[in-house]
Amino acid sequence: MTVERDEVLTADPAERAGAAALLEIRDLRIRFTRGGRRVHAVNGLSYRLDAGQMLAIIGESGSGKSVSARALLGLLPSSAEVSGSARFEGAELIGMPEREIRRRRGRDIAMVFQDPARSLNPTMRIGAQITEAIRAHSGIGRKEAGERAVELLKLVRLPAAERRFHEYPHQLSGGMRQRVVIAIALAGEPRLLIADEATTALDVTTQAQIMQLLVELQERLGMAVVMISHDLGLAASYAQHVVVMYAGRAVEYASAGRLFGHVRMPYTRALLGAVPLLEREPHAPLPVISGQPPDPAAIPKGCAFRPRCASATGRCEQAPPFSEHEPGHWWACWHPAEDPPGGSGGGGGGGEDGATR
Amino acid sequence: MTETRAGDTPLLEVCDIVQEFAVRGPGGVKGAVVHAVSDVSFQMGRGETLGVVGETGSGKSTLARSIIQAPRPKSGEVRFLGTDLMRLRRKALVEARRDMQMVYQDPFGSLNPRWRIADLVEEPLLGYGVRSAARRRERVRELLDLVGLDPGVFAGRRPYELSGGQCQRVAIARAIALNPALIVCDEAVASLDVLIQAQVLNLFERLRSELGLSYLFISHDLALVKQISDRVAVMHLGQLAEIGPSEELYRRPMHPYTAALLDSIPGLDPVTGEARRPTPPQGEPPSPIDPPSGCRFRTRCPLAQARCAEERPALRELAPGHQVACHFPLNFPLDAGPAATTGTAARRTDAGLTDPGDISFP
Repeated sequence: MTVERDEVLTADPAERAGAAALLEIRDLRIRFTRGGRRVHAVNGLSYRLDAGQMLAIIGESGSGKSVSARALLGLLPSSAEVSGSARFEGAELIGMPEREIRRRRGRDIAMVFQDPARSLNPTMRIGAQITEAIRAHSGIGRKEAGERAVELLKLVRLPAAERRFHEYPHQLSGGMRQRVVIAIALAGEPRLLIADEATTALDVTTQAQIMQLLVELQERLGMAVVMISHDLGLAASYAQHVVVMYAGRAVEYASAGRLFGHVRMPYTRALLGAVPLLEREPHAPLPVISGQPPDPAAIPKGCAFRPRCASATGRCEQAPPFSEHEPGHWWACWHPAEDPPGGSGGGGGGGEDGATR
Repeated sequence: MTETRAGDTPLLEVCDIVQEFAVRGPGGVKGAVVHAVSDVSFQMGRGETLGVVGETGSGKSTLARSIIQAPRPKSGEVRFLGTDLMRLRRKALVEARRDMQMVYQDPFGSLNPRWRIADLVEEPLLGYGVRSAARRRERVRELLDLVGLDPGVFAGRRPYELSGGQCQRVAIARAIALNPALIVCDEAVASLDVLIQAQVLNLFERLRSELGLSYLFISHDLALVKQISDRVAVMHLGQLAEIGPSEELYRRPMHPYTAALLDSIPGLDPVTGEARRPTPPQGEPPSPIDPPSGCRFRTRCPLAQARCAEERPALRELAPGHQVACHFPLNFPLDAGPAATTGTAARRTDAGLTDPGDISFP
């Protein structure tokens, strides 16, 4: 569409000319027809992910974060109209024939969902479920696949892997089940793992263990991770880059270290203000914004955040382009916020990596 | 330790309550018992908010249900406004429950989908004998106004026409309808998006100052609990690990379990945007069917010693209003060097938790 959007998204301008991205999404649009109404779930989403990196997609329910990820795996209902481009290692995923996408599912890109209990078959032993996944991908013998399954269970740090191999999902805790689901996802040795709220249903202690595991796997296997979450703290702590979505569009994108110290988009600022954080005092009033996210069947013209935004003016009736305003920092807003006084943001370099690295 | 004035009865006194459930054990063996709540005691003052945190299965919800006597705990004492609820018969108990209301996690599940909002809010008034229909209608309007829903718009709607946040406001309107003294919130904002969650949290705070409410606020989210609580109780496997003023408990956790929970939360400085990666405790929480001997946290505790397996640590008051059940508390005595003031980093070294960078694969 615009010149800006056609440029490749990356935090480092030098990289832009260099190696091809692992995943490159441009102007992705997804619509459904539900009860006679056209639902605009994703309205022009673009981002780029390099091999071995972790990208967080942040947004509220209905912002289109899960739908856009499912589209990559061809997991949308047939009524979905998908347009735009999503290239994985150069291959176009949108419009790919079902046979071809089936072959790639789990082998190129694997996905882990929120509820591990629903991802597992309650009537099958853990071992049989992983072995089945391994054989579907590689066609090796049952015995060899069984050995590989135990290896995978050890890789995801399931305690007493040999014993658990013979157990059923109900005998495991939520955290252990999620480890098994991740082991199954790893069976096809994917280059990209999409974790859709994969730790949301877990306790904080288990969540931190699973995130630690994902980072280890990312570093050890060189696997890229797209982490879909509503948790800003989690994104800031683990991801290298963060995309903030609102009403089906990306509204801000930067490296994690850059973004949270230099928030530009008023929506991101509102999110950051509303999260209860350990760093705040008890009973500190939370700055809130009124209203609710727009109905995806009736998204307002122009900037979709306009009706809830304190900085909105007449200009916001025209959609602001999503473009790179500062090195490595993209946003879609006519009235970006300034840095707060006292916010140093850890040096403020444009292309710096995640703050914790 | 509570904020009650001299001569006042505390709002709620809980003494050694025990709740157990019979289940089938591993392999379908009969006679196994889930020790859901074991000897929990605490007090709450009027107008106070007590947060309760802990992992899944720590007994937070069971504790809340034991307090409202649904079901009644196996043993112990629950004194609410001076009355021992454990001794009350059915009718007297229903009358006492008028002053204690609950708000649950699932805003849709707790509202009958076929009723109009006005009827839903009117129901508690009917149940507790507000006879005049005009008076009830007026009160419904008042309540909807209080929770920030325009009565003209919402009174005639049904739950499925409302968003999650709006449904939760209706649930809160029902809870405050009879002017209760205590509201028990069981994960009341857990299913809401952050922006809506902040609105509902602010609503809770406003109602508290306007109506003089007390909250027993149960959540797995430590940051959320800090936001709303005067004091915080940390539960682990059915027992109180630590209870104290929220500021102090978060700044200077004394129980290694509290420290481990705090270290599991990803940190984000809202001003500088600096993040901190969590360092979680290793291992799985033990089963409440067969809890470890002595201290129930010892199997995951980096500081555990032989004594922890032999002797159950009693809840001791180590600082004003700050009680801990641990043989080897952290940050104690208070002037124990840097660990007392510098927080996470120092605490972590003390606790000897493994650095995630050291981990090698098998």
